[in-house]
Amino acid sequence: MSNVEKVNVTINGIAVSVPKDYTVLLAAKAAGIDIPTLCYLKDINEIAACRVCVVEVDINGVPMRNLPASCVLQVQEGMNVRTNTEKVRKAVRKNVELILANHNRECLTCRRNGTCELQKLCEELSIDDVPYDGAKRTPVLDDLSHSIVRDSSKCILCGRCISVCKNVQGIGVLDFTKRGFNTEVAPAYDFSMRDVNCVYCGQCINACPVAALREKTSIEKVWEALDDPEKFVVVQTAPAVRAALGEAFGLPVGTPVTGKMVAALRRLGFDKVFDTNFSADLTILEEGTELLTRLKEGGTLPLITSCSPGWIRFCEINYPDFLDNLSTCKSPQQMFGALVKSYYANKAGIDPKKMVCVSVMPCTAKKTEAQRPEMEVDGIRDVDIVLTTRELADMIKQARINFLALEDEDDDSILGKYTGAGVIFGTTGGVTEAALRTIADIVTGEDLQEIEYYDVRGMEGIKEATVTLPIDGKPTEIKVAVAHTTANAAKVLDAIRRGEKNYHFIEVMACPGGCVHGGGQPHVSAKARLEVNPKADRANALYSEDERQVLRKAHENPEVKALYEEFLSTPNSHVAHKYLHTHYQKKEVYCPQE
Amino acid sequence: MNSINQLNQLKADAVKNFEVTDGYRIVVGMATCGISAGAKPVLEKLKEETAAKGLGDVQIVPTGCVGMCIYEPIVEVYEPGKEKVTYIHMDPDRVTRVVSEHLVKGKPVVEFTLGETEDGKLKSLDDVQFYKKQKRVVLKNCGLINPENIDDYIAIDGYQALAKVVTAMKPNEVIDLIKASGLRGRGGAGFPTGTKWSFAAANEADQKYIICNADEGDPGAFMDRSILEGDPHSVLEAMAIGGYAIGATKGFIYVRAEYPVAVRRLEIAIQQAKEKGFLGKNIFGSGFDFDIEIRLGAGAFVCGEETALIASIEGKRGMSRNKPPFPANKGLWGKPTIINNVETLANVPKIVLNGPEWFKSMGTEKSPGTKVFALGGKINNTGLVEVPMGITLREVIYDIGEGCPNGKAFKAVQTGGPSGGCITTADLDTPIDFDTLVAIGSMMGSGGMIVIDEDNCMVDIARFFLDFTVDESCGKCTPCREGTKRMLEILDKITQGKGTMEDLINLEELAENIKNTSLCALGQTAPNPVLSTMKHFRDEYEAHVVDKRCPASICRALLSYFITEDCTGCTRCVRVCPTKAITGTVKQRHTIDQEKCIKCGACMDACTFKAIIRK
Amino acid sequence: MQNDCGCNCNRTSDKRYAELKAYIDSVKDSQGISMGVLQEAQRIFGYLPLDVLKFISENIGVPIAELYGVATFYSQFSITPQGKHHIGVCLGTACYVRGAQKVLDKIVEELNIGVGETTPDGLFTIDATRCLGCCGLAPVMMIDDDVYGKLDNVDVIPAILDKYRGEVAQNE
Ligand SMILES: Cc1cc2nc3c(=O)[nH]c(=O)nc-3n(C[C@H](O)[C@H](O)[C@H](O)COP(=O)(O)O)c2cc1C
Ligand code: SF4
Ligand code: SF4
Ligand code: SF4
Ligand code: SF4
Ligand code: SF4
Ligand code: SF4
Ligand code: SF4
Ligand code: SF4
Ligand code: FES
Ligand code: FES
Ligand code: FES
Ligand code: FES
Repeated sequence: MSNVEKVNVTINGIAVSVPKDYTVLLAAKAAGIDIPTLCYLKDINEIAACRVCVVEVDINGVPMRNLPASCVLQVQEGMNVRTNTEKVRKAVRKNVELILANHNRECLTCRRNGTCELQKLCEELSIDDVPYDGAKRTPVLDDLSHSIVRDSSKCILCGRCISVCKNVQGIGVLDFTKRGFNTEVAPAYDFSMRDVNCVYCGQCINACPVAALREKTSIEKVWEALDDPEKFVVVQTAPAVRAALGEAFGLPVGTPVTGKMVAALRRLGFDKVFDTNFSADLTILEEGTELLTRLKEGGTLPLITSCSPGWIRFCEINYPDFLDNLSTCKSPQQMFGALVKSYYANKAGIDPKKMVCVSVMPCTAKKTEAQRPEMEVDGIRDVDIVLTTRELADMIKQARINFLALEDEDDDSILGKYTGAGVIFGTTGGVTEAALRTIADIVTGEDLQEIEYYDVRGMEGIKEATVTLPIDGKPTEIKVAVAHTTANAAKVLDAIRRGEKNYHFIEVMACPGGCVHGGGQPHVSAKARLEVNPKADRANALYSEDERQVLRKAHENPEVKALYEEFLSTPNSHVAHKYLHTHYQKKEVYCPQE
Repeated sequence: MNSINQLNQLKADAVKNFEVTDGYRIVVGMATCGISAGAKPVLEKLKEETAAKGLGDVQIVPTGCVGMCIYEPIVEVYEPGKEKVTYIHMDPDRVTRVVSEHLVKGKPVVEFTLGETEDGKLKSLDDVQFYKKQKRVVLKNCGLINPENIDDYIAIDGYQALAKVVTAMKPNEVIDLIKASGLRGRGGAGFPTGTKWSFAAANEADQKYIICNADEGDPGAFMDRSILEGDPHSVLEAMAIGGYAIGATKGFIYVRAEYPVAVRRLEIAIQQAKEKGFLGKNIFGSGFDFDIEIRLGAGAFVCGEETALIASIEGKRGMSRNKPPFPANKGLWGKPTIINNVETLANVPKIVLNGPEWFKSMGTEKSPGTKVFALGGKINNTGLVEVPMGITLREVIYDIGEGCPNGKAFKAVQTGGPSGGCITTADLDTPIDFDTLVAIGSMMGSGGMIVIDEDNCMVDIARFFLDFTVDESCGKCTPCREGTKRMLEILDKITQGKGTMEDLINLEELAENIKNTSLCALGQTAPNPVLSTMKHFRDEYEAHVVDKRCPASICRALLSYFITEDCTGCTRCVRVCPTKAITGTVKQRHTIDQEKCIKCGACMDACTFKAIIRK
Repeated sequence: MQNDCGCNCNRTSDKRYAELKAYIDSVKDSQGISMGVLQEAQRIFGYLPLDVLKFISENIGVPIAELYGVATFYSQFSITPQGKHHIGVCLGTACYVRGAQKVLDKIVEELNIGVGETTPDGLFTIDATRCLGCCGLAPVMMIDDDVYGKLDNVDVIPAILDKYRGEVAQNE
């Protein structure tokens, strides 16, 4: 850092020396001074729209005109910033009041009560009155999709969702529409999120400071099932959930809470507590075998992973020419559901029709995935209800369970055991690393000890690696690419379309960082994101879980082995296809529904 | 175009054509306002009649804005060795007479002209009071040349400045020259043009741009349009000069789509300039390449703001973005970009040819040169006026504009459009330039000058401007999007007689906040009309709030209708009143029940005896 | 006839799409073409319906929501069909101070629709526009390309409107 050019600025009388590309907001932070923000989301949305971060500035004694927005104002030598003058205080308060005047201020019955950045700001400013009672935007409540609710009465037009969807995800479902006081944030022609090119990744929900975008909750359905004595309710938890659930109870970002999570689920009344990590291990065997078969028999390559429903929908809408490249494997969530209602039901002697399979996912797209018509076997739905990590935390709070005081517990058998390979599914590169661990062992016939594939770890948008493995006795270079965010996936596919790139295997996760930063994870406020990196911190939690496991390769999972012996026989077998594989279809969007 | 010699050759030919040596040259004012007033059929008729009469040596030339809207359609007849004859309020019938009497028989039709001067000569526009205090520099060619014929422009020294600049000057010399002239931007802020150019010139970049801001959004201003319609090449030439100075090879003209005539003339001009080699590769053999593309606005006032304009050219919503970075550093597609107003640019070739001292000889020390104003509203002579900076408002309004019509009393003049403020009688003697206008609480803006008389309500005027900004706010930032709406709601309340004194305080607080914290200048200046009317006409506000009365009798909710003694009892009003508020016996004076009256005004319109009054 | 997507737009049979495509192809190499394409589409189709925006989105690779955002930002664009005759009443400052609001009110009253709306018979759309550039004639309105100035007496308005109504009757 020492070679970065620094400038000297004074903030509220405190002199600091900060890198020259800092904004006043960051410089103030370095001086220990907190400036409020609403529209600013580091690296994602820096449009200076809300004007609650305004400050008074003079440069070498010359005052700047008006009150500039500190979130975008670059520091300059000799800058003197004041954040707490009467002028600033009045301005910030007035702008918050103006936002509130056009806001559906029903905090007590609001999904974001307690995690809302606007609410927090009002508390900090002791707002006790909104002096205007004029017109408000016409409210729109769109809850037609399975995943996402858009409630414009709560929207503060900060643009964070637009930036994330357009610039990070490369999709652009939402945009500003109209102008002036009539400005809204919506899909074109006010279509429902159900009918547009939204992939339900929920990144916009993560970005939204308020409750204008939120998941469609299923909590009540789960309570209903749990309260129904006729129902046998099982639950599965995705790998990334354990890396973030603790945040909802005040634990630092990146604290793994597997044991407490299991204990909490038991207390909520689930009949069996299983783990999606189990079916993640299973996915490796199915998908790894698929890859080897395509490599040997000349099937469509590259093989592209299919465990991220956000990515699948993106591919179905935008890259239908790649549908044959997708692995036919269902996602781990769906594999689990299909097995719990067949293999497990049979073993436990339970009528699958009386079973309710609940899954807890870091993901909002999983809610839609579970409802896809393909996702059932013999008329029995694989997964019945999907909860996000946030919803699970809410249920734990509703049940008044003292989460932090819980003793660790273990998953139930027989779909609860997992290896380190399944754990790392939750982060970008994890599927690839898990697959390589198994494939390498299979093709070499050895129990390889070097199982950490650092090339595919980390938060770079597109990672590439080449692994040489003996295929049919010949050393063969296997080229893999790992992409996270749909925008990066599009880049990889475009490069293939143009013939610039070629791979054998591609892992795609729709969300930045993979599921650890899925759209169903606990909210990390813009302010907290100045300090922590939820993607990397949660990913590290998973890698450390992986390291703690005795078994770290999917094919070593004893319960998976038993599953093949007792039920599926071999990977990609006929039975496996019936329960664990699926197909894809080109999807049209923006078609008016009758 | 390879050399100045070649240009001079062209000029020599063009001059022959331009300066009438035999026959007539007939010029028809064909800017938008002329066309609206009916100039097209006049032009057609002229062609028809002269052809019918076999007048082969008559040149009929459509030209730009002559400047005096009230006389449109205007036709001027030039004849070698004679004073030109100006015909006003022309129509096809008048054309027939002019052709047969003037063109055929050589006898001007005096009754269609401006009349005769004391010494018996025909009056020309220059004899009209309206023109006496004007100094036409920027508008010089408007109304003189045919904007659709590049030869006319070449004949009057067109493209000489460009030739000089690219063949004989270094870019920094051009910038120094403009700096020395003291030219300040005519688009509103009055920023020194040379200094602005030097910022972009100082940036190294593989591509830079120069943009001509022809969005002219101020409702009631049309000087840029007139320049584009009357003298488009001057803007093209200036853009090329600016491009050379800052190192840009590409220019854009961002022009409102609502100006179809200007757009068409620009297209023709660009085409002709390309053909002649004033645009394109290797201009005057200097190695300098420059091209211009037109981009159309689509109806958003905010797109006059530099960053919004850039967003619009990039194909996006015209939402402003925070500055810095300034466009001169990071503009169109992230490249250094200079944006200049049409009128600013139109000054440039003239400064290059005549030198900075000439330019500084006009206007004031800090604001040299002239300024074009669109004089409108309650004024006898509406139209475009170009005056040297430093003239007083009194001169503009009384000497040039000849005061308010119908003997009404002048109340205020609004300059700077929706960003400006109103100026009252107290300040009429201030010499106007960029700085003095700000000092008296308004601003130059783009040059709209709207006269308001005693019949206008100042609260209503403030409401009008705010309604405009609410409508035109891009909606990006909180204070402007939400705050202006709240201000408008308060003003609505006041004009409806529901305002309180607290509302006035609220208005001021909101105004303060919007000015201080808005992202771009639209919001930062939006409260100005309210603040300035509140300052100068507080009594009118208080009349609305305290007495529930609108002194100018404009605010409907505050008015009452009364029937005077002039009533003949014709019962006409009774029949139109939607609420049956009027009663009376036939042939006797009627009365209005104030409780029932909804103030629709129908009775007043219906009464042929003017017996119903409103107050 | 239905397309693959199940909607009823008739891109293949409707020549206007080909015209728009030709325009897009002619500007494809320039930067920032969205506005120009939308303007051309508005000219060709008279307004910007869903199918047209979808078509543009597919052809220029800009998300449909972004195009819609642009289309609803600028007042020149319309996402609903426009009347046969476009009435623009100037509410520029010069016209306003000379009573343009009365002109607008009169037209609203005569046609019984709001500003920005189209009459049920599809004949007229009313808009409040900004300075039409003929302030000397204030108050001013335009119907299609015809300018009507000095409308100090609003009683002449019904007769003006009748002209356009009559024209239709003649045509039919
Ligand atoms: C809301 C707003 C509208 C503006 N409209 C115009 C305009 O219509 N024409 C113009 O030339 N400048 C307009 N400006 C000023 C321009 O942003 C810019 O300052 C000017 O074009 C610079 O050119 P100049 O230096 O030659 O004046 C506007 C500014 C704002 C904030
Ligand atoms: S979004 Fe936030 S401020 Fe708005 S009602 Fe919900 S909790 Fe309250
Ligand atoms: S904070 Fe106030 S409004 Fe909210 S619950 Fe408590 S008392 Fe009620
Ligand atoms: S869920 Fe994902 S794709 Fe859908 S709008 Fe939000 S960010 Fe965009
Ligand atoms: S939906 Fe949320 S993120 Fe999007 S603009 Fe509204 S408040 Fe901001
Ligand atoms: S990356 Fe994970 S959280 Fe995101 S959509 Fe895919 S499965 Fe869901
Ligand atoms: S001040 Fe108004 S016009 Fe400017 S950015 Fe803010 S909302 Fe947009
Ligand atoms: S103003 Fe209207 S309501 Fe009142 S008396 Fe006249 S016609 Fe009747
Ligand atoms: S229309 Fe006039 S004159 Fe006739 S009754 Fe009414 S007020 Fe009297
Ligand atoms: S303007 Fe800085 S946080 Fe919104
Ligand atoms: S005379 Fe030109 S605008 Fe009126
Ligand atoms: S506000 Fe209208 S006359 Fe008073
Ligand atoms: S203000 Fe109406 S034409 Fe200019």
